[in-house]
Amino acid sequence: MPIQADCKIVGKEKLTTGIYKFSIKSKEIAELAKPGNFLEIKVSDSLETFLRRPISIYNIDRENEVVEFIFQVKGKGTEILAERKIGEDLNILGPLGNGTFSVKHYKKVAIIGGGIGIYPLYELAKTLKENSEVNTYLGFRNKDLVTLEEEFEEVSDKLVMTTDDGSYREKGFAIEFLKEDCKAEKPEMIFACGPLPMLKAVQSFGIENEIPTELSLEERMGCGIGACVGCAVLTKNKDGEEKYKYVCQHGPVFNAKEVII
Amino acid sequence: MHHGTFGYGRNHKDFVDLNQLGAIITKGTSLKPKQGNKPPRIAETSSGMMNCIGLENPGLEYFGAVDLPFLRQYDTKIIVNCFGGAEGTIENYVEICRQLNNMDVDGVEINLSCPNVKAGCLAYGTTYEGVKEITAACRKVLTSKPLIVKLTPNVTDITLPAKGAEDAGADAISLINTLTAMKIDIEKRRPILSINTGGLSGPAIKPIAVRMVYQAAHSAKIPVMGLGGIMTGEDVIEFMMAGATCVSVGSANLVDPKASVRIIEEVEDFMKSHGIDDINTIIDSVQMN
Repeated sequence: MPIQADCKIVGKEKLTTGIYKFSIKSKEIAELAKPGNFLEIKVSDSLETFLRRPISIYNIDRENEVVEFIFQVKGKGTEILAERKIGEDLNILGPLGNGTFSVKHYKKVAIIGGGIGIYPLYELAKTLKENSEVNTYLGFRNKDLVTLEEEFEEVSDKLVMTTDDGSYREKGFAIEFLKEDCKAEKPEMIFACGPLPMLKAVQSFGIENEIPTELSLEERMGCGIGACVGCAVLTKNKDGEEKYKYVCQHGPVFNAKEVII
Repeated sequence: MHHGTFGYGRNHKDFVDLNQLGAIITKGTSLKPKQGNKPPRIAETSSGMMNCIGLENPGLEYFGAVDLPFLRQYDTKIIVNCFGGAEGTIENYVEICRQLNNMDVDGVEINLSCPNVKAGCLAYGTTYEGVKEITAACRKVLTSKPLIVKLTPNVTDITLPAKGAEDAGADAISLINTLTAMKIDIEKRRPILSINTGGLSGPAIKPIAVRMVYQAAHSAKIPVMGLGGIMTGEDVIEFMMAGATCVSVGSANLVDPKASVRIIEEVEDFMKSHGIDDINTIIDSVQMN
């Protein structure tokens, strides 16, 4: 059961231009959160931004009762959030999302992320690493946007980093490297979060090669708790019937076979 | 009282004690399940938001089987907001009212005002004759429950539909629904919402709602439920001074799931600090300049 609480900001770090990591103190959220969950954050008390901002959880530190999230400044809301200081309280709803990544013992998994979509994959990789071989593929537009290399290095057996323009590490799209590795041995599961073109490519690759695949989606959100039914995503069931589900309530993580994106 | 943004109460039960609410007005419900619009369905604005959900709902049968028993566990009144399905015909309005008349609900609110469905209900909601015709037809079959008519603000003169509802025998009117609005993504040169326009709600529309509640309350004699951007207890007081007998909280529930109970406490605080013993003395107490 999620909670609504004022959580103290206990850490703040600028990772690169426009990208911030915040650490907040919450015993309840740290205890309840699972890889794939997100938070609905009220960035300020002002009405300048009316809605909360849904931001996925990057890291759960249960020992210290701390939860971390990373975001990119993209508009008014995240601009205000980036100005918030250590010691201040943020009103947070969380952890949210009933559809989280399927965590269990795997022989080998592939985790693929792109851009700001890599953040929720860290907690997943960290959790899976305890019992599975984790191969991680992260794609960025260019060198300036590359973050968290060391962190992902620690939680991956193999880490491939790519940039679209080749300005850092491998040149090309992360999925090409995933495809290449799959030729030798298929992973038991693929987990993905990133821009829509990447998710679509991962979805078709997973389905074509019969590798169970989970995608973490995003959509403009109202409440985050399934009440307003704003964050709709079209899904189809086994009989091919199409129906809207909600990213906040049924997701944000969906089976790749289920969603029409 | 609470509105559409509360779904069928289930999503908010983790955050608020539903027993503390005077009533829950359900999400708009139609006879048959209705799929909503394509995403994006939500856009934020200054002091508010727009939506084009499209009245997505699981249908009356599902509501009766699943949501109603859930809601009945709580000590609160259940008012079902209903509409005439995707077609929005009078026959559909009448049929859902006929069925609700025999269900274990405390009241029915007919929605003549959703801006996000293509055909139907909006056309009835904007004129005296249209509101009167559909209200009268619903009234005829809704013999054992109170009938509330929810009005659209997208009209030139709100007193006309308000009178139409009253003359057709409605027990109360509620207003305002959302205002038709548009937001453009200037990088893409396209509206953000999938169907281009949507309904604006939140504090941005409150002054319009207060004005319309005042006008409606001073033309129709039946009780007025005021809503539109209520975020605080002070907002409630303002609506009641304008002539609302009761109020409903909508968008605030999306931002603060505990809003409803907090607002009730704030109203009580206002009454205490102003020496008001009976909330009814506030109703229609505004002195015009």
